[in-house]
Amino acid sequence: MSDSRVATAGEGRVSSLPIRAEDDLLAARHAVRAATLEAGFGLVAQTKLVTAASELVRNCYVHGGGGKLVIEHLVPPPRAGLRLTISDQGPGIGDLEAALTDGYSTGAGLGHGLGGARRLVDEFHLDTSPERGTTVVITRWVN
Amino acid sequence: MSASEIPILRLGTVLLAGLGSELDDKTAVLFADELSRQVADTGARAVVLDITKLDVIDSFAARILVEIATMARLLGARVVLAGMRYPVAITLVELGLGLPGVLTALSVEHALKKLSTPESPRERPGGSRVR
Ligand SMILES: Nc1ncnc2c1ncn2[C@@H]1O[C@H](COP(=O)(O)OP(=O)(O)OP(=O)(O)O)[C@@H](O)[C@H]1O
Ligand SMILES: [Mg+2]
Repeated sequence: MSDSRVATAGEGRVSSLPIRAEDDLLAARHAVRAATLEAGFGLVAQTKLVTAASELVRNCYVHGGGGKLVIEHLVPPPRAGLRLTISDQGPGIGDLEAALTDGYSTGAGLGHGLGGARRLVDEFHLDTSPERGTTVVITRWVN
Repeated sequence: MSASEIPILRLGTVLLAGLGSELDDKTAVLFADELSRQVADTGARAVVLDITKLDVIDSFAARILVEIATMARLLGARVVLAGMRYPVAITLVELGLGLPGVLTALSVEHALKKLSTPESPRERPGGSRVR
């Protein structure tokens, strides 16, 4: 994770990781795991957020042609949590409603990644278009 | 050590493989190939995958595990996933991935015990043969 940058921005720390190669998927997972530990997540919440991140980072790499992951520590008040932003400049998601449905995949996947990731977090925002690519913002609170 | 760097141990007619805390995509695919080859070569009757250490199973890893179980079944062996951590189980349920056709056990010990008793019809995925 030598090329991850760490910046201090106002209230919460922000770090950014590139998603350009297959190894970056693993690095991203490690970084999210470390952030959940630091933020004080319980074991189940840790696993859910790392898994959601894994799905979205892989989508970014496989379907979006790569991009980046930004990890943001949200600090109290009122609540502590983590916000992850996964973005790419890829082709965008053609049929968003279908993409969020379990079992829909334009590739060889099981098609549970996007819908599953949404269920694993507290907040889920998705912006996609052929011009802007795809950006997913997920948030999970510590408690 | 196998090509995938996941050790595969032979205990009589059972192959026992211990996965690490991480299953990255490349390792998973190599491991699936390696394991199928070993099942075919040794004529193993069962495969126990020790996933006690594995702390994330995402949809990619889940797909590989189901594929491993299917391949092994086609080669005449049962696969038991042993020792899944409870946060991983909870997460898989939320992903909507119940790992159809894959036998599970609480631990490697339970798995080996399970394998020494005849298969009950309920846990027979896709009509594999009792032996
Ligand atoms: N970042 C992205 N850019 C473009 N298309 C995307 C992106 N993320 C998802 N998609 C589209 O949405 C579909 C559903 O995504 P989802 O993650 O649910 O399934 P999958 O990646 O195909 O399979 P898996 O179950 O292995 O994740 C994808 O097949 C793809 O067409
Ligand atoms: Mg996906």
